[in-house]
Amino acid sequence: MMKRVFALLGKDILLEFRQKHTFYGILLYIASTIFVLYLSLDKTDAAVWNGLFWVIQLFICVNAVAKSFLQESRGRMLYFYSIASPVEFILAKLLYNLLLMVLMSLISLALFATFLDNPVSNMLLFTGIVVLGGMGISIVFTLMSAIAAKAQQNAALIAILGFPVILPQLMLLMRLSKTAFAEVFKEGALLQMTGLIAGLDVLVIGLALILFPYLWKE
Amino acid sequence: MLKKNGWKILSLLLLIYTVVAGFLVAVPDLPIIHQSIRNLYFHVCMWFGMMILFIISFVYSIKYLRGFKLRNDIYASNFAAVGTLFGMLGYITGAIWANYTWLTDQNQSLGSVLKEPKLIGAAIALLIYGAYFVLRGSFTDMDKKARVSAVYNIFAFAMLFPSIWIIPRLVGSLHPGAPGSDSGNPALNAQKDLDAGMRMIFYPAVIGWTLLGVWIATLRIRIQLLNDKTLLND
Repeated sequence: MMKRVFALLGKDILLEFRQKHTFYGILLYIASTIFVLYLSLDKTDAAVWNGLFWVIQLFICVNAVAKSFLQESRGRMLYFYSIASPVEFILAKLLYNLLLMVLMSLISLALFATFLDNPVSNMLLFTGIVVLGGMGISIVFTLMSAIAAKAQQNAALIAILGFPVILPQLMLLMRLSKTAFAEVFKEGALLQMTGLIAGLDVLVIGLALILFPYLWKE
Repeated sequence: MLKKNGWKILSLLLLIYTVVAGFLVAVPDLPIIHQSIRNLYFHVCMWFGMMILFIISFVYSIKYLRGFKLRNDIYASNFAAVGTLFGMLGYITGAIWANYTWLTDQNQSLGSVLKEPKLIGAAIALLIYGAYFVLRGSFTDMDKKARVSAVYNIFAFAMLFPSIWIIPRLVGSLHPGAPGSDSGNPALNAQKDLDAGMRMIFYPAVIGWTLLGVWIATLRIRIQLLNDKTLLND
């Protein structure tokens, strides 16, 4: 089973290399958004920086992950249907989007830190939180993209469906990020929040594996 | 008649009792909330009703995916609709209550007070079910609509759970029962915190309002079942 998952994952990565325009499109999206922020903000304090950073992550994710199901044409889906099981297919998509989103998060973090004044005092810790957050957001939006791909006006639908669902996770991430801004938390709160975010990720993956087979059937 | 519709009569009687007793029976006079404590019989019951209706909707969505019977999808969507109505009413009653208790006379805006974990959870719930209805509206094919929206309903409900039941337990809140205060349960520890006389009205009120919600939902379901009679071949 894992062999087929990696074959599908390899196919997605290969496609990304062959059709570089989508990848560069997202990169350009990140760069231009952050450049707009750079021009429009003179001085940012930690709270604003934190809020902006996570909101931008959300929009990057909508753009990066949205196409994962939209790019698959009807005929190609039928082909996948005949060669792989739905669980394998969604696992490959989740893995691929996870890798893509973590990469994009790290790039946007680097751009954020260079363009806007950087209030982060513990960069290593914050990078860890960004990776954790990127993973969580990408998992949720992969499933949302699978749902929205079934409806007609899907691009706008992803945001409508995904934003309320991602809110609890985003709130936890924003609070967790404050540790990297040298804010002191009471003992155990940090571990509790990290555990909660990881637990939510596991829950979403579990639900995706259970629910995707119902979306897959046409 | 009594056997079949007894619960509707019970709902009516309980609600009459709630309104009459709720406004007349003496309540403990506490600082700040004073007589506004009577809102407990309305505001808190709305959230109980909403949560119960959403749970019923969630169960019917699972039932739909198990057998693909269109009837279950109609049940799920209508229970979600009435749950959303209850959520809005809970929000409104809460806003009125907050206006008289949380807002002091120091020119605070309502917006500054409303950024509160439990309110955020409630807002997430309303947004999720709003998205659920937008999703339903974007399909023309009935079976596809039923299947995809059932998937979203199950997923969204699972994500709603932490935002209503876990996160408010971790952070401070103006509601009774926030961590650090002397009461235990973040929703409402009726056993411990509530006056015995109020408990006698509060529990019947919860049952009465929830039964009313189920009643409204069943009426809507019956109308839709009649409309879609030709489509339901089970």
